Amino acid sequence: MSDVAIEVTGLGKRYRIGGPQERYKRFTETVMHTLSAPVRRLRRIGQPPPPEEMSWALRDVSFEVGQGEVVGIIGRNGAGKSTLLKIISRITEPTEGRVRLRGRVGSLLEVGTGFHPELTGRENIYLNGAILGMTRAEIERKFDEIVDFAEIEKFIDTPVKRYSSGMYVRLAFAVAAHLEPEILLVDEVLAVGDAAFQKKCLGKMGDVAGEGRTVLFVSHNMGAIQSLTRRTLVIDRGRLVADTDTATAVQQYLSTRNQPTEAHAIRSRHEAFRVDALRFNYDLLESGFNRPLTFEIDVTADRPLHEVSVALSAVNSLGARLLTSERTLPRLPAGKSRLQVTIADHRLPPGNYNTIVGILIGGVTAVYEENVLPFELSDVDVDNAFIVKRRDRIGAFIPAQIRVLEPTASLDEKKWLP
Amino acid sequence: MVSLQRDEGLPGAQAAQERVTVIEASSGWSALRLGELWAYRELLLFLAWRDVSVRYKQTLLGAAWAILQPLLSMIVFTLIFGNFAGLPSDNVPYPVLTYTALLPWQYFATAMSNASNSLVGSANLLTKVYFPRLVIPVAAVLPAAVDFVIAFVILLVMMLIYGITPTWNVLWLPVFMLLAVVTALGVSLWLSALNVQYRDVRYAVPFLVQFWMYASPVAYSSSIIPERWRALYGLNPMTGVIEGFRWALLGTDTAPGVFTLISAGIAVLILVSGAFYFTHMEKTFADVV
Repeated sequence: MSDVAIEVTGLGKRYRIGGPQERYKRFTETVMHTLSAPVRRLRRIGQPPPPEEMSWALRDVSFEVGQGEVVGIIGRNGAGKSTLLKIISRITEPTEGRVRLRGRVGSLLEVGTGFHPELTGRENIYLNGAILGMTRAEIERKFDEIVDFAEIEKFIDTPVKRYSSGMYVRLAFAVAAHLEPEILLVDEVLAVGDAAFQKKCLGKMGDVAGEGRTVLFVSHNMGAIQSLTRRTLVIDRGRLVADTDTATAVQQYLSTRNQPTEAHAIRSRHEAFRVDALRFNYDLLESGFNRPLTFEIDVTADRPLHEVSVALSAVNSLGARLLTSERTLPRLPAGKSRLQVTIADHRLPPGNYNTIVGILIGGVTAVYEENVLPFELSDVDVDNAFIVKRRDRIGAFIPAQIRVLEPTASLDEKKWLP
Repeated sequence: MVSLQRDEGLPGAQAAQERVTVIEASSGWSALRLGELWAYRELLLFLAWRDVSVRYKQTLLGAAWAILQPLLSMIVFTLIFGNFAGLPSDNVPYPVLTYTALLPWQYFATAMSNASNSLVGSANLLTKVYFPRLVIPVAAVLPAAVDFVIAFVILLVMMLIYGITPTWNVLWLPVFMLLAVVTALGVSLWLSALNVQYRDVRYAVPFLVQFWMYASPVAYSSSIIPERWRALYGLNPMTGVIEGFRWALLGTDTAPGVFTLISAGIAVLILVSGAFYFTHMEKTFADVV
């Protein structure tokens, strides 16, 4: 019994999500609604919110983590992973159930919490350390190590508002990485900094795991989950759906994820053409690098249409359009149709993307919507090794054009043109 | 409700292997857990120190603001209430009369304004890290004391210029200062917790500060208050503080008496009720803020 570090029993958390939003047509209505809001709110003070405004972020979650165990937590965005960590870190109270913790708890839900831009690196180390629960003596003892890890010796007495974002993040992570609780709760904080620093952080996390500390580790980075943990919990819509070895859990996560996500309410400017739904078909997505992406577009045409061009673009999380794929249908029959758009050889690396959809009918734009449908390509697949061994070295493979210039010829611009 | 069995969780205490924390839903009113607040005293001081050290960063005049604010108010009050309105000054030069009052008043007003916004301003901490939430408003009422000390030096200079020698009553000064801190903290606990739920507080505080100032003998001497209103007037803890300051420093005949005790009683009542209200509400802070 004494070797159980975290014991979670029947944990649940209910949140208030706010009532259904009414739509306003006119500015004056919005103003009237805002003005009358206090009256409505005052009337409701002291009354429990109606049930339709409550939603369970987490329900019936039970598990145990042994001392020294490193356990991953995966799930889609909004599945309840962060809520779970927040309850275990005592930031928010559960609505039902209980958690028993044995040992000092440190939580890293964010790096750089409480950093003040006007304070110097040195001052922020002390402040942030205190916020994370370190004592002054402890921070003093580790101070040099922290500065060393962050690689910011020269700027230690510069206000952090003058730091580059990379330096800022390195310093923030360095403080956090030197927290030494018996139980460490980590939420997605490795997704910061440049690649080299991320690697260093992963190394540090690995050390932490090796030191017999108990770690609960939330991440979307399947690679990190697989290299750091042997056991993983899968959370889906507030429920614990799997508690098993990491390989199985990752597979299960992919299957819970594989419901098609849909986008509706895509506006059409063509009087005889409507888009009913846009879907990313995860069922047809084979796991692996560069496997075809399949989108489905449900459309309704009031009469047969000609020259229907469908274009889909993938946008990465920085907003860069990485890919546009287009095809023209000579003829679309009247009635409801489902268009299956397959994009092969896209060469998109694993990550989160969003979709831009554009449809031209007879050369005129009928539909253009940005960021309508997010989708995720995972790096969990059999040919991970393949990506590392080959693709990382050569990237996308595109044939080059080579011309042999006369040895004496000047680099006349025209010679470079095909 | 979180209960710590065995040692009272001192963060960083070596090898607290045996410490067991139980996290459960709580209902009703909970205990204050002042022991835990004590355990986090380092964080409290760090946060207060942070506020002090960033307070006048990137200002031209820096800490001179701590002197300018009461000094300018003093000039205005002396002109309007002392000269134009001709209010009595209890045999003390009018500037000294109001400046002495402005010291604790400025402390109180600044501490209360800062602390009532402290929880909302620390939303990122509340939603990302655990610590006793009381740390935040308590740390927020401390930095204003630095301004108080700076401005106090000017008072000493003024007393020297006007030839006022303090009596032994001055030994009571820390007691009145403590009363000001207790009042500021008590009001701040109420306001900061309410502010999390109702941002109306942010808009109400400037008015509250203004009304409260005129309901306290800052710009005038309380001797102008008619006798029958004195009891009601004494319910304001800042009346006790300010008249106490004047008595201790300037030797006015406002020696602490029954009304001072009433002031102190009210201040303690606000503090204790504020602390319980705060503790009752704190479990929802992270969800609502």
